[in-house]
Amino acid sequence: MPDLVIRNLHANITGTDTEILKGIDLQMSKGEIHAIMGPNGSGKSTLSHVLMGHPGYEVTEGEVLFEGQNLLDLAADERSRAGLFLSFQYPFAVPGVTVANFIRMAVNAHRKGGPDGVDNPVRIPEFRKQILEAMELLHIDKSMASRSLNDGFSGGEKKRFEILQMAMLQPKIAVLDETDSGLDIDALRIVSDGINRLVGPNMGTLIITHYQRILDYVKPDQIHVLMDGRIVRSGGAELAHELETSGYADIAKEVVN
Amino acid sequence: MAPETADIDLGEYQWGFHDEENPVIKIERGLNEDVIRQISAHKGEPKWMLDFRLDAYEIFLSKPMPNWGADLSGIDFDNIFYYLKPAESNARSWDDVPDTIKNTFERLGIPEAERKFLAGVGAQYESEVIYHSLKKELEDQGILFLDTGQALLEHEDLFREHFASIIPSADNKFAALNSAVWSGGSFIYVPPGVRIEQPLQAYFRINAENMGQFERTLIIVDEGAYVHYVEGCTAPTYSSDSLHSAVVEILVKKGGRCRYTTIQNWSNNVYNLVTKRAVAEEDATMEWVDGNLGSKVTMKYPAVVLKGERAHGEILSIAFAGEGQSLDAGGKVTHAAPNTTSVITSKSISKDGGRSSYRGLLRVNKGAEGSKSKVVCDALIIDPESRTDTYPYINIMADQVDVGHEATVSRLGEEQIYYLMSRGLSEGEASGMIVAGFVEPITKELPLEYAVEMNRLIQLQMEGSVG
Ligand SMILES: Nc1ncnc2c1ncn2[C@@H]1O[C@H](COP(=O)(O)OP(=O)(O)O)[C@@H](O)[C@H]1O
Ligand SMILES: [Mg+2]
Repeated sequence: MPDLVIRNLHANITGTDTEILKGIDLQMSKGEIHAIMGPNGSGKSTLSHVLMGHPGYEVTEGEVLFEGQNLLDLAADERSRAGLFLSFQYPFAVPGVTVANFIRMAVNAHRKGGPDGVDNPVRIPEFRKQILEAMELLHIDKSMASRSLNDGFSGGEKKRFEILQMAMLQPKIAVLDETDSGLDIDALRIVSDGINRLVGPNMGTLIITHYQRILDYVKPDQIHVLMDGRIVRSGGAELAHELETSGYADIAKEVVN
Repeated sequence: MAPETADIDLGEYQWGFHDEENPVIKIERGLNEDVIRQISAHKGEPKWMLDFRLDAYEIFLSKPMPNWGADLSGIDFDNIFYYLKPAESNARSWDDVPDTIKNTFERLGIPEAERKFLAGVGAQYESEVIYHSLKKELEDQGILFLDTGQALLEHEDLFREHFASIIPSADNKFAALNSAVWSGGSFIYVPPGVRIEQPLQAYFRINAENMGQFERTLIIVDEGAYVHYVEGCTAPTYSSDSLHSAVVEILVKKGGRCRYTTIQNWSNNVYNLVTKRAVAEEDATMEWVDGNLGSKVTMKYPAVVLKGERAHGEILSIAFAGEGQSLDAGGKVTHAAPNTTSVITSKSISKDGGRSSYRGLLRVNKGAEGSKSKVVCDALIIDPESRTDTYPYINIMADQVDVGHEATVSRLGEEQIYYLMSRGLSEGEASGMIVAGFVEPITKELPLEYAVEMNRLIQLQMEGSVG
């Protein structure tokens, strides 16, 4: 069975009848790169948050299996510790908590395996070494480690720090929600390099984007087109270029026909 | 500073245990002239002090209860014990402290902290200081650090010159009460030019039910000298109330600096009504770092009077009110000389129906031209049941002053917690981290050991409601 299996997933905004996801099917495994493309408002971020366990959405139908385990039974922190990661489109600021301390707490939470687990904190020198290496890979200046997380960061800086967290937490499946937006061309290349290094036998990624730009650097195995809460087409890398030339409108027409 | 692992119950108040009582003297409940005479007689005080006490008692009786701030209607003055002496003497060695009391202070981590990073320690249990120490080399430099009662007997002239000179009995009802029945507290004198690099710490423990603790602290920092004094406190959890009402007076002379840090962690049945005021002379600096986490009710507004030119005052205040708690905290600064500066930073947190308020007074007197002040008060509300209020009073009577005031109220966001949880932190760890970040502008000012302790206490308060 693939590592991530999404079957007929429907989700509403919590406490309302507003359905955003209207039956999503998708399967992927470690080592694979999938892309989800779709126009603004089609439900891409909602899908990412439903996978991660955002309290603002409720699943009304369908299931999600992560390495055979029912993902929807887990709280967000348990999903993270199980090996799922989400790079947020709009990361939150945590004033007064430094990047280094925050990531160290997160790494320790993973090592501990949960609130009832046994403390097994990473040794500080080892952690320092790891984070400095990861920061170098992402061309992040060392001094940034002692700034408050995302507090006053530019859009592009926030995205880099999302990828830094991914590198430090070493997830099995990473969902990257518009990680490319806000990055200039050099930054895009650096971040893409970082992603490419991490994808492999131990990690797969689901890249959410509405431009094909990032897909020139991170080559997808499959592309899925999401419109109005449904995947309307799936295909190989060539689909991105088709979308680039003909746009979502043509696909929409096709779907209607 | 953690007690043994077996005692740790996350989310519960950890210091709610009590010892069996074995008092040397315990005066009957309630307050009257005779009780005051007994206290004074036990202490072998000079007559002028007895007269001072009796006079203060009259003032206490004549003053009405404050009708502002927190609700004090639950205080039953007749049900309180005003004096309890727990041990024969004030020991110089922990070996001479009765075992039960010594064990309690060990659970609180005091002897360990003393060995690691303190210049001196005073430990008060009920009404009396039962242990006191000061490093030999500091004693040799002429520094005095002893319990206030002892200072009255051994250094009467210095004592009398300053005692009640900054906070007279008539200042307020609770200052009058303290003046009438005061016992224990710290007396510190730092000679000119002497800097004490490690902190001096006092720890206040209430043990008996319905106890009243009324310590009196007097600190004199002479010209160009420096001291950092830290106080901590805890009490057992009982179903009926106790009362803590201290008075702290500080004089910082020309060019001196005093930092006074409080980590207040009373159990949730203690009324904590404290008057604290410092006078800063020319070029002197006074800093209050005031962390309030415990108590049922707190009313406390550390004050600085900037009396000499270019004096600087700083008040950093944290109030964290949980279930059933009402914390009315803040600070007062009076600019009484030209070119004086002050900063008040207040961070309050309310959770589980708790109520925290910032109450501040900033006064710039006539003639205090060129003064500058900045007040920042931020409130964080954890859940919709909880409440926060801000009462910033500003009174400016001088020209050419620069006064800034900012206030924010924010709510702990579900989405922000979700973001941290998506990194693997539990809900309790996530909310604790957000709160620790919120108070970081203050905890970063603390020595590492206290910052760690403060964050740990905050984490415990946060985990109380979650999961
Ligand atoms: N919490 C919410 N409240 C109201 N509307 C929402 C909420 N979350 C998503 N939506 C709506 O659902 C649709 C999909 O949103 P989103 O998943 O963010 O789209 P995308 O990421 O593809 O741009 C949009 O119409 C958006 O306005
Ligand atoms: Mg989106």
